[in-house]
Amino acid sequence: MAAVKRPPLPVILVANDLLEGDVVYAVAGGWTRDPRQALVAGDEAAAQALEAFGATELRQCKVVDPYLVDVQVGEGGLPVPRHYREVLRMHGPSVRRDLGKQADFDY
Amino acid sequence: MYRYDEFDERLVRERVAQFASQVERRLSGALTEEEFRPLRLKNGLYLQLHAYMLRIAVPYGTLHARQLRQLAHIADVYDRGYGHFTTRQNLQFNWPKLKDVPAILGLLADVEMHCIQTSGNCIRNVTADHFSGVAHDEFEDPRPIAELLRQWSSLHPEFEWLGRKFKIAVTGATQDRAVLKSHDVGVRIVRDPATQQVGYQILIGGGLGRTPMVGKVLREFLPREKLLSYLEAVLRVYNLEGRRDNKYKARIKILVHEIGIDAIRAKVEEEFAAIDSPRNDVDPQEFARIAAFFAPPAYESLPDVSRKLEQAQAADAELARFVEHNLFRHKQRGYTALTISLKPIGQAPGDATSHQMRVIADLAEKYSFDEARVTHMQNIVLPHVRLDDVPEIFAVLRAEGLGTPNVGLVTDILACPGLDYCALATARSIPVAQALAEHFADPAKQKEIGDFSIKISGCINACGHHHIGNIGILGLEKKGAESYQITIGGDPGENYALGELLGPGLPAELVPEAIDRVVAVYLSQREPGESFIEAYRRLGLAPFKAAFKEIADAVA
Repeated sequence: MAAVKRPPLPVILVANDLLEGDVVYAVAGGWTRDPRQALVAGDEAAAQALEAFGATELRQCKVVDPYLVDVQVGEGGLPVPRHYREVLRMHGPSVRRDLGKQADFDY
Repeated sequence: MYRYDEFDERLVRERVAQFASQVERRLSGALTEEEFRPLRLKNGLYLQLHAYMLRIAVPYGTLHARQLRQLAHIADVYDRGYGHFTTRQNLQFNWPKLKDVPAILGLLADVEMHCIQTSGNCIRNVTADHFSGVAHDEFEDPRPIAELLRQWSSLHPEFEWLGRKFKIAVTGATQDRAVLKSHDVGVRIVRDPATQQVGYQILIGGGLGRTPMVGKVLREFLPREKLLSYLEAVLRVYNLEGRRDNKYKARIKILVHEIGIDAIRAKVEEEFAAIDSPRNDVDPQEFARIAAFFAPPAYESLPDVSRKLEQAQAADAELARFVEHNLFRHKQRGYTALTISLKPIGQAPGDATSHQMRVIADLAEKYSFDEARVTHMQNIVLPHVRLDDVPEIFAVLRAEGLGTPNVGLVTDILACPGLDYCALATARSIPVAQALAEHFADPAKQKEIGDFSIKISGCINACGHHHIGNIGILGLEKKGAESYQITIGGDPGENYALGELLGPGLPAELVPEAIDRVVAVYLSQREPGESFIEAYRRLGLAPFKAAFKEIADAVA
């Protein structure tokens, strides 16, 4: 079987909450809306575990569209995505600083 | 305005109940996301970058005050206090929760609105000239046929699962303000020169997106009673012959391109011949019933000129600018169609707060026979305003941040939501629009430049119509960063044209300066009375490209 293509490590798992649509990040055994709490997988086994968790949660109708996002771990342990799209997703609309996670979590 | 009959009412209510049940089944796990996705899309519900997004149909852009107030109420209770008017005359809410959508649909049904077919591979909301019924250059009001098409295409059993989406636009005016040549089908009301009979010219195969195509004439003249049977033939040929192997090649424009307009005409005519019979003609009684809803309101008999407005203009330069740019000549003496710009300098194009929606609703009710229109340029029109009332309306608009006198000018920028909201986008659009509006904010500069359109899309799907902007801006990803390709010479109107590329992509911060250089070429080389697009056609691409290159070279 061909190897599954994953983004480079370290990674976090991102998805949308099915019921509310909010962007959520995987933590140990669950999800958080606060990206600062996101579980960072630093090795292949941890990344695989995150991916498996996402697939299970999708099947169990908790989340939609789970996928891994490659990050750098910045100041205070905040995972910062390498791609600008995921950075925007982590913050909220750049034209409305009063909305999205940037407003909810004041960063 | 059209009002629902018992069938419309029942159909919309049944659809709300059906979607509520689908949501329940999704939440219980009876439906997988894969199964649910096409069902939610058929009800206008997307999953975007930050949240769900709900797209509400505004048929041919027409709204009455009660509907606007209900939209404001939904924005406050179920969203974040604002909505976004789109380039297809619809409204989008950016933050609804799935669990609330059935309740929102119920509130919409209360005011004869819905989200049916605002997404998915079906016939979408029919769009129309936003000055329908009031434009001085109009031959016949196209809204009755827009409504007829809405009824025909809503839940049409044969066309519910097309190969790809299908967009129809209609106009009855000399000047094309509905962008017919960008649509899968364009319908223009015309008079047959030989018989003087009124009917339709049918265009087909236009589109923007990754493969822009110019719509072509399929039928020069179609008798009016044949409209639905002929379009049924068009849709049937498309449904059967259009490609389904590749979603990027599944629009009717690709079919027209691949087999040619003559071949598709032959197929449509063959199909039409099989369908055509008096039994399948538009029922004249039903058409008359629909048309009666669009009868002109009870206008007063007024003089052509308003002394009151003239005196107010003389005393208020800002009002004078508003009158110059935001009023459109009405077919009724003493009246005007007044455009409220949703492009205040530095704001997101097309966004309106719930408060602003209520303000517009009040104005529509008090001054415009309870009617407002959404334009594909993301502005709002009050279509039946007495010239005498313009000063009072402007005073309210100015106080509410809605009095920007920039319609048709360089800061009246059309922009899709881009990567600030959209999951498909490759770059942001709104900040680029904001920076450009601020760059060209000086009213004197805007007036000097004159008619000028900038249209911005955040990906190749072209919701921001960049191909047909005098200046088009396309946001892409280049080496892990946002990059903006700029085109010149696009035109959505009678002289329809797709823009040509000026050069390599630029980072966002250089876009205003690059456009400044292009504008400078125009200002220095224009002839008296010549608009930007006219000067471009005369001068050609070369001088603009050379000016652009100076900026592009700086980042190369």
